[in-house]
Amino acid sequence: MAVRIALPKGKLLDETAAFLEKAGWQLNDYSQTMRNYRLKSARFPEMLIKVFQEKDIPIQVAIGNYDLGICGLEWIEELTSKYAASAPVRIRNLGYGKGALYIAASRAPKISAIKDLSMEPDAVRIVSEYPNIAESFALNLRLRRFGVYPVWGAAEAYPPENATLALVAGDTDEKSLNNGLKSFGKVLDFSAYLIANRTSWQQKDLSEVMGTLENVQLEAKEIPGASSIPSIHFTPQVIDKDTVRLALPDGHAQKHTVQLLNKAGIQVDDYPSKTGNRRPTTNLEGVVIKVIRPQDMPLQVANDSFDLAITGIDWLNDHLDAFPSSPVQALVDFKVSRVKIVAAVAGDVPADNIYDYRQFCQKNASSVRIASEYINIADKYARDNRLGMYRVLPTWGATEAFIPEDADILIENTETGSTIARHNLKIIDILFESTAHLIGAKNREYSAVKQTRIANIINLLSKAAESK
Amino acid sequence: MRVQKCKGTCDLTTEEMRRFRLIEGAFRDSCIKWGYQEVRTPTIEYLHLFTSTGTLTPNTLGKVYSFLDWDGWSGERVVLRPEGTIPTVRLYIDEMADKKPARLFYVINTFIFEETGKENREKWQCGVELIGADSVTADVELITLSLEVLKTLGLKNVELKLSHAGLIRALLTGFGLSPEEQGKVFDQILDGDVAVLSRLKAETPDLARLLTPLLEMKGSNAGFLRNLKTLFSRDLPDFIPELDNFIAVAELLTEIGVKYRIDIASGRGFEYYTGMIFQIFKDDVKLGGGGRYNALIPLMGGENAPASGFALQMNTLMNIIEMPPQSGPEINQILMTVTGDRPEAVKSAHNAADSLRKDGFIVSVKVDNEDKSEYKWLIEVSEAAPEFVIYNQTDKGKQTARTIGELLKLLGEKSGS
Repeated sequence: MAVRIALPKGKLLDETAAFLEKAGWQLNDYSQTMRNYRLKSARFPEMLIKVFQEKDIPIQVAIGNYDLGICGLEWIEELTSKYAASAPVRIRNLGYGKGALYIAASRAPKISAIKDLSMEPDAVRIVSEYPNIAESFALNLRLRRFGVYPVWGAAEAYPPENATLALVAGDTDEKSLNNGLKSFGKVLDFSAYLIANRTSWQQKDLSEVMGTLENVQLEAKEIPGASSIPSIHFTPQVIDKDTVRLALPDGHAQKHTVQLLNKAGIQVDDYPSKTGNRRPTTNLEGVVIKVIRPQDMPLQVANDSFDLAITGIDWLNDHLDAFPSSPVQALVDFKVSRVKIVAAVAGDVPADNIYDYRQFCQKNASSVRIASEYINIADKYARDNRLGMYRVLPTWGATEAFIPEDADILIENTETGSTIARHNLKIIDILFESTAHLIGAKNREYSAVKQTRIANIINLLSKAAESK
Repeated sequence: MRVQKCKGTCDLTTEEMRRFRLIEGAFRDSCIKWGYQEVRTPTIEYLHLFTSTGTLTPNTLGKVYSFLDWDGWSGERVVLRPEGTIPTVRLYIDEMADKKPARLFYVINTFIFEETGKENREKWQCGVELIGADSVTADVELITLSLEVLKTLGLKNVELKLSHAGLIRALLTGFGLSPEEQGKVFDQILDGDVAVLSRLKAETPDLARLLTPLLEMKGSNAGFLRNLKTLFSRDLPDFIPELDNFIAVAELLTEIGVKYRIDIASGRGFEYYTGMIFQIFKDDVKLGGGGRYNALIPLMGGENAPASGFALQMNTLMNIIEMPPQSGPEINQILMTVTGDRPEAVKSAHNAADSLRKDGFIVSVKVDNEDKSEYKWLIEVSEAAPEFVIYNQTDKGKQTARTIGELLKLLGEKSGS
């Protein structure tokens, strides 16, 4: 059987491409601009080579979809700190992509030593993209009461206002931590690793492929990440009972948001920020702003970390599917960033809608693997449509490449449907249409001043949304 | 597609449920006779209840079933209870904190993830907590109660091992170890970790020389503990009150005729406890154990109340108890069959069945093509006289009865024969 390998997108891509070039693999299109996540090697034409988000790779290798994978040690640890039994074999430290995970808190002098937190009677909030490592850290520290808040990114933006601690990645030098964070200890040094599925390693002959990789000489090199920006922008936000806390999105949603804010006459300085500043300032009186991932906003509004936020209705629905009694609600529809949330299957599946697909699954008595970034929407969709024995595979993007080897159905967003078509997939259901919204919490008691300020922002943004 | 049992879970079949109920019955009977009252706590509790006490190790806490509930957007995790003491103490603090002493017992399932899936991840236990009492008499009450339950279940030659957490702590404090380090180092000492042992010997040679008599020797009466006292009184004065408490427990047990083995090393995993620790084995298989945990209630936010308890492992007991042969009404099971399907005959069968059940018989009315061979008695009900024809499947005897009264009289005479 041909060897299967999972390769990383993102920050490790360039050096992994260089590494495999030296190994003589001659890959057809492994670059930041690639159009298809399935690659071909002239050296190993039979090999199944697929490109994933780095975070997905340890899982894909652990469950046996791939024999080999390349990804950062931090993502391997994130899997094995919770699921030790599924640990992939660590074959070789590839040396590049060096960095470290730090447990960090705000520079504002609230905490003197991390040890003191173990006696803290109130819940210690820890935010991280690495929730399993964070939980294991909290248990080992014997924190009496803690909550781990998994975030999609921007964990550095949360302390001290919205979290006590953040477990964040930085360069190997802890001075790299930005947004006013101070390290209270290194949790892990990481770099890129070559890993193997345990069963494949024990039972499958990988020697020919391994031989080409073993002969490559490595040079250790650090990748400057976003977190290497110095912490020049940090001033703790002053928040009182009248202050409105607004969350704005990072990433590609910024363009539409800036246009909207301009139309509304709301001035926000240093947004988008070239320096990674996550606390832009505004001309609105009594309003403080943080820039975080849109995916994380509904939960943060529910938890009273923010009063208002701008995010897609897709992420609000995903939140409400997990927590139906959450107080978060949509306030203003901006009618921009329009995407459809669809269910898609391989083009050759004999089903054109979800009812046919269910019958197709029942006839084949097969379990269904659903890959999605929206795990709660996907889970509810499978339940509501009685897909029988199903599994939701959480992914972090590049989901189209999962079908057919690694998933049977996707719940994915699409603007034009062209990416889906390019991967020979077909849409069998449209779940809903999502646009950017202003969200807030219902049944929350605000001071009169704050109430007026919130109403003013809703009013300004509503008018901006209406104007052409 | 086959319906599959979830990995690491266990069905209790009809035969296993008989065993389960026998153990539960023996346990409940004893507890009630000793003045204990039953409680039942919910399967789901807040996770912080278990993290906040610091009594479970990070390793155990890493294997609990915890998750965000449907309203868990605040990040508050819930857990399938991994053990029974903390929930019972929580109930005590919430509902009955002024009751001292409180004698409580429970039969519950607990959940801990087990890696291979070959062992049960759901386990049943019979537990007892005695809250608000700190005396040696209370310690001894728990030991004797647990032994009585095992005796009722017909288990002979069980071995009682005693240790003492206060004593272990005093020793480790003597070595200069902080409370956080103590549990780990004690495990390393017991595992014969050479590096740890040499470090202790180098740093505190006077104390280290006492490790062997303390951990490797076993005693069978209080005399052994008095011998230890002579060794420790000079180097470790803090040891003495703990040792005196242990001696008092041992003396009282001897006095009432309970045999035991003093094995300080059996106190592995002592972190939960503050005083006496006991464990019960049969053929090296642990059946249960318990001890004193005076620090737990204040740690959970209750007032300062001493407490102790024990639990018996039902899954282990179910494998080793010998079941008595079926007795009582079970061997007199009756199947009623109705000739024809006229409502009057069916009604008559149901009336007769009701009367027999009130007299303690187990009666099923035949459905479909039910197999008759499992029943001792068959009763045919017809509209014509004689109304009841009784077949004894054991001796192939056949008798008739014209009324329900006659039927009851006849079966009453025959049952048990």
